[in-house]
Amino acid sequence: MSTGTSAGAITGTATSRSTLTAGSRIGLGIALVWFSLLVLIPLAAVVVTATEGGWSTFWDTLSDPDTASAIRLTVVEALLVTVVNVVMGTVIAWVLVRDRFWGKRALEVVIDLPFALPTIVAGLVLLSLYGPDSPVGVNVVNTRQGIFLALLFVTLPFVVRTVQPVLIELDADVEEAAASLGATRLTTLRRIILPSLAPAIAAGASLAFARAISEFGSLVLIAGNQPGRTEVASLKILKYVETGNPAAAATVAVLLLLVAVAAIVVLDLISRRAAERG
Amino acid sequence: MASRTRQRTGPAGLTARLVVVVYLFLLVAWPVSVVVQRAFDPVGQPGGVGALWERLSAPDAVYAFYLTLTVAFWAVVVNTIFGVGISLLLVRQRFRGRRALSVLVDLPMSVSPVVVGLALVLTYSTGLGWFGSILSETGVRIIGSTPGLIMATAFVSLPLVIREVVPVLEEVGTDAEVAARSLGANARQTFWRITLPTIKWAVVYGVVLSAARAIGEYGAVRIVSRGAEFNGETATLLIQNEYQAFDEAAAYAAAFVLVMAALLALVVVTVVRPQEGSES
Repeated sequence: MSTGTSAGAITGTATSRSTLTAGSRIGLGIALVWFSLLVLIPLAAVVVTATEGGWSTFWDTLSDPDTASAIRLTVVEALLVTVVNVVMGTVIAWVLVRDRFWGKRALEVVIDLPFALPTIVAGLVLLSLYGPDSPVGVNVVNTRQGIFLALLFVTLPFVVRTVQPVLIELDADVEEAAASLGATRLTTLRRIILPSLAPAIAAGASLAFARAISEFGSLVLIAGNQPGRTEVASLKILKYVETGNPAAAATVAVLLLLVAVAAIVVLDLISRRAAERG
Repeated sequence: MASRTRQRTGPAGLTARLVVVVYLFLLVAWPVSVVVQRAFDPVGQPGGVGALWERLSAPDAVYAFYLTLTVAFWAVVVNTIFGVGISLLLVRQRFRGRRALSVLVDLPMSVSPVVVGLALVLTYSTGLGWFGSILSETGVRIIGSTPGLIMATAFVSLPLVIREVVPVLEEVGTDAEVAARSLGANARQTFWRITLPTIKWAVVYGVVLSAARAIGEYGAVRIVSRGAEFNGETATLLIQNEYQAFDEAAAYAAAFVLVMAALLALVVVTVVRPQEGSES
């Protein structure tokens, strides 16, 4: 044990304050410079560009009818998609964990596909079946249903993958105890299972919502981009960039960021309430 | 099939199973299979393996895939070196601002790709970027040239290596490293002989995820690739351009390659994952 104690002594004295040696100081310096140049300064540039015109410029951009309608459409579609994901994601996770049937392993791969596919390919994938030349005669190009479908595709794994591990850990004994005490299956679901899953469902939902409001690639080919009708916020940002109006682009970008943060906070509160009620 | 069912699968359970299978089939499995089928048999165009190969060996397509692989390669190299370095610093060292840094390095994944592109343009474009005047004086072009594509790609895939390496480093602790140091190994020997072998599979996993993300990046790349005398058409941009130019056959051919790359990444990830567990 003598080496153990001496080793403990080394780390003990070393961790009391900064442990940076000359070498790791240089490494940290290089890493911070690169990280600032790549991420921090560019993101700061977006915020500064959005706000340097003052409140009136910020407000003028957002009250432009087309921009306002793009933001409204994006938020509404993202909310709808999140609701569907909360229900379907939980059911899918449930089936993957509790059900046994032939071909279940294949479903696992199918669920990961939307994350693995490039977003532009995701759009093309949906167009091949639900676009022009559709073998089933459905055409969602230039419609809000098309946007909804694309968002549903790219957000599919979030709720499934956050709920699944919690459901695996969930003790079946508690459910059996509830059942033996006379609880119906519905009561068990409502009082035992859903409260334990609530934080995971909320976490998955906020990820799905954040992804849905910022989604771009999968919508480029499907949405059709008609101002006031099928133009979403990310495509509006692109249009502002391409028409040489970076301040307006930055304004919409900052607003999207605020909406995403607000959604995360709200869902966190909801999940805490639900977990406490259980 | 049904006889192996552990719990009783009641009518509710069977309904749930049916709903899930139909939902996933309509949303993912069927559309993906139609893309593969369209690649070999496009509407109103000659089909077959030969035609597919011809479309993929067209000069535009070759250029696009070459550019995609070049950009992805450098982005993954940069992210791997940065990712392993910053993970070691975050887990093994104590310094002011460490907590803040560990939160910030996870930020890039939650930024919309369009905003990533916009952010880089606002910083590095010679016309309106913060560093625009310095760049145009020194003659360095970032936006509308390959370095810009590499930066955009590195940005969107930045946390992937870190997310894999940090938990492994935290779990294995410092015993082996401290022992090696006390036996006289220097910092470099300890890193190559002790630290790197323990995080090897986490790094491989992170690299595969980064490479898949880098090859498929579209939004950020689309915004920074705009340049007067630069052809920044990567594979994902090629798909969009061909599709919008009504050459759907070429778009489906390129998409087929990216679908196969995504499936390959999924397979590699499933193979690598358990090994990491048995290693630690």
